[in-house]
Amino acid sequence: MTQITVKRLWKEYDDQVVLENVNLHIGDHEFVTIVGASGCGKTTFLRMLLGVETPSRGEFLIDGQPLPREPGPDRGIVFQRYSLFPHLTVLDNLLLGLELRGSRVLGRLLGARRREAIAKADRLLDAVGLNAARNKYPAQLSGGMQQRLSIAQSVIGEPNILLLDEPFGALDPGVTADMHELILKLWNMNKMTIVMVTHDLKESFYLGTRLLVFDKVRIDSQSPDRFGATITYNIPLRGHKSIETSEAAPALNATKDEGQNFANETASS
Amino acid sequence: MRRLVNQRPGRVGLLILGMMPFVLLMTAYLVYSNARLAANPGDKLLPSPATLAATIHHYAFEEDERSGNVLFWVDTSASLKRILIALGVSALLGVAFGLAIGVIPYVKGTLAPFIAAVSLIPPLAVLPILFIVAGLGELAKVLLIIIGVAPIMVRDLALRTEELPTEQMIKAQTLGASTWLLVIRVVLPQMWPRLIDALRLSLGSAWLFLIASEAIASTEGLGYRIFLVRRYLAMDVILPYVAWITVLAFAMDASLRVVRIKGFPWAEPGR
Repeated sequence: MTQITVKRLWKEYDDQVVLENVNLHIGDHEFVTIVGASGCGKTTFLRMLLGVETPSRGEFLIDGQPLPREPGPDRGIVFQRYSLFPHLTVLDNLLLGLELRGSRVLGRLLGARRREAIAKADRLLDAVGLNAARNKYPAQLSGGMQQRLSIAQSVIGEPNILLLDEPFGALDPGVTADMHELILKLWNMNKMTIVMVTHDLKESFYLGTRLLVFDKVRIDSQSPDRFGATITYNIPLRGHKSIETSEAAPALNATKDEGQNFANETASS
Repeated sequence: MRRLVNQRPGRVGLLILGMMPFVLLMTAYLVYSNARLAANPGDKLLPSPATLAATIHHYAFEEDERSGNVLFWVDTSASLKRILIALGVSALLGVAFGLAIGVIPYVKGTLAPFIAAVSLIPPLAVLPILFIVAGLGELAKVLLIIIGVAPIMVRDLALRTEELPTEQMIKAQTLGASTWLLVIRVVLPQMWPRLIDALRLSLGSAWLFLIASEAIASTEGLGYRIFLVRRYLAMDVILPYVAWITVLAFAMDASLRVVRIKGFPWAEPGR
C-alpha cells in the first residue's frame, strides 16, 4: 500500500513562484500522468517527490510519513537519458540495484546470493527483451534499448513508487508504443504507484489512471513570475489495470474519446 | 580535385609521411656532422655515428673504471624509480582527493580553494625549500615531482568526477547506494580511465621536474649524467641520453594508452 498526499505545496526560487498551493491525493497502484506547458513546474514537482529538491512550503506525505529529503530505494526514477552506468554491462547494470542493497560494504554479491540475483535479473531481462544484449555496454545499445534497461534497472528493487521524467521523449514513435506496453506490464506485475511527467497528451491519456494538468490560474502580465502553476485539471481515467483481460480494448477507445474532448476543451478555453 | 580537408593519406602513405620528419632530422644531422668533422676532426658539437656508437657501448655495456657500475643502467634505474614512485603517489593522491572533492560538497568547500592555490605555486621555486627540509636524498627529488604533478591531478579528477551526470548519482541513490557505495561502485570505476589520461598528460612535467632536481643535487640519474658531462661538451653522451629519455617517456605513454584501451573498453569513444 502506497499513498501519496500533497498538502498546500509551494515552491519558490527567490522571486519566482513555480508552484502554488498544490493539493493532491494519489491512491495505491495508481498511474498518474502529469502534463503542462514547459516551465509549468511539472518536473520540479517530480524532483521534489524524488527528494532532490525541497518544497518551500507545504509537504509530501507517503503513507502518512513525511517524505525523506534525499532520494531513496522506495522511489525509483527513470530519466529521459544519462541514468545508465556506462562502465557496466547490461546485466551488471541490472545487478547493481540488488548488489547495492544486498552488500553494504563491498557493493558486490558473491556465490549463491550472486547466482540468485542473476536469476532474478535474467527474468527481468527476458521481460524487457534484452537478454540477447546482456553482455553489451550501454553505449552499444540503441536509444530504445537503453530506456528499456533503465526502466528494468529502476523496477528490479521493487520500489513502491516509480517516477518517470519524460522517459519516452527522446524515442522514435514506433519504439514508444512498445515502451508503453512494457511499462504497463511492469506496473501491473509489481503493483507500484507510478507518477509520470510527459509532454505527450495522447500518451498521458492512454497510460494513466489519473491525469493532472499543471497550469497557471493567475497571470500578471507585468511580472510573469509572480504567480505559480497549480493543478488545474485532475481527471480520473480508466487506465489499464487489467490489461490482460478483454476489457482493455474498449477502455482504450474510451480514453481516446476523452482525450479528444479534453483537447477540444483546452483549445476553446 | 577534392578539397584539401577531404583528402586522406592511405596506410602506406601515412607511414611514409610519419617517418619523414625523423628521416629529415637525421639526414640534416649527418650532413652537418660530416661538414663540421671535415673542417675540424676534434669537433665535439655534432659527433659522428661511430663516436656515438662507441660512447653508447662504453656507457651501456662496460663497467665504469672508478665505481665498477655500468653507468647507463644505474642512471636509468635511479631515474625510473624516482619518477614511478612519484607518479604512483600522485595518482593515489589524485584519486583520493579528487573523488572526495568531486563527490562530497563539504570536502570541496574545505579543500578546493586550497588546492587551487597550491597548484599555482611554481614547483621549482620551492625546490630549495625541499632540499633544506628534506635533505639532498631521494625524498626531495620525489617530493618535487609530486608537488608539481599531484595538485593538477587532484583538480583534474575532481572536475571529471563533477562531470558525471547528476542523473547517475540520483539513480544510484534510488537503487540504495550509500555515499561509500556510490563512490566504489559508480564513481571510482568510471575514474580509472580518466586517471590514466591525467597520468599521460602529466608525464611531460614529471620528467621535467625529475631532471631539474637531478641536475641540482644527485649522484646518479639520467638528468644528473647529462648535466655532469655538459662541462666537457660531451655531446656524444648527452644526445643518446636525451634520446633514451624520450624513448622511456614514449614507452610509458604508450603502455598507459594500451592499458586504457584493453582495461576500459567501455570508455573508448565510438563504441
